[in-house]
Amino acid sequence: MKRNIIAALSGGLFGAGLLVSGMTDTTKVQGWLDIFGAWDPTLAFVLGGAILPMLLAWNMTTRRAQSLAGTPFPAKPDPRLGHNLVVGSVLFGAGWGLVGLCPGPAIASLSWGGTGGITFLLAMIAGMLVAQPIRLRIDRIAAA
Amino acid sequence: MIPMDWIWGLVGGLMIGTAAAIFLLGNGRIMGASGLIGGLVDRTGLGNWQERVAFLAALVVVPALMLPFYTVEVSTHITSNLGIVIAGGLLVGIGTRLANGCTSGHGVCGISRFSLRGMVATVFYLLAGGIAMVLFRHVLGVI
Repeated sequence: MKRNIIAALSGGLFGAGLLVSGMTDTTKVQGWLDIFGAWDPTLAFVLGGAILPMLLAWNMTTRRAQSLAGTPFPAKPDPRLGHNLVVGSVLFGAGWGLVGLCPGPAIASLSWGGTGGITFLLAMIAGMLVAQPIRLRIDRIAAA
Repeated sequence: MIPMDWIWGLVGGLMIGTAAAIFLLGNGRIMGASGLIGGLVDRTGLGNWQERVAFLAALVVVPALMLPFYTVEVSTHITSNLGIVIAGGLLVGIGTRLANGCTSGHGVCGISRFSLRGMVATVFYLLAGGIAMVLFRHVLGVI
């Protein structure tokens, strides 16, 4: 129960932050990516503002044995990069640029995103369903 | 004079980072939107499905409750071209699962712990997003 309440607090604040920051507006995101158009630097303030509390939070994890819910903290980041990280990030970035939505804002804007928003979300879910066979195929190509 | 949008961006960003800090210090988990929903979609994360559903439900409900307080129109301004919307959605879904993260997981949570994977992912999705804008807006003129 405690874990679910903490998760809801986090998810709710995340959604509020996405709305307040303007990241649920595709024109702000595409404005940031469009460096040859009317460039909009808002996203840098959002990312910078989001990293600050997390710098403190990661630092606090080094001084605590476990989380409030009693679960262990995430393991150290994997130093291996791998082709899937690069291929996946390129595909994600291309879709992000095309429409101007990443997964968080796509979910947060569900209630006012209309047909376009729901269509994007369903296509994203479909993409997540087919990602595993694509991953296996890429691994085979990379191994050859 | 600093544009109001930048200030709201910073305020909203601090809220996003605080949300990630709550999830990390409270539940010991990385707040990554694509991973939280993706684990439910491909059934790899059903072990803690309640936590995921609680997070995602609040992610939808809380901004919805804030909407009536806005005096200006709130819109995603998403393109009406459903072909583009579907292509973008598929790319985001496949890409974030292959890369194991998106803007929140790799970007916010990864960069703040100086994770090489998070930083490399962020460089590549920003580059790809920029190139997509050049190609699809300025060269092809479809967005």
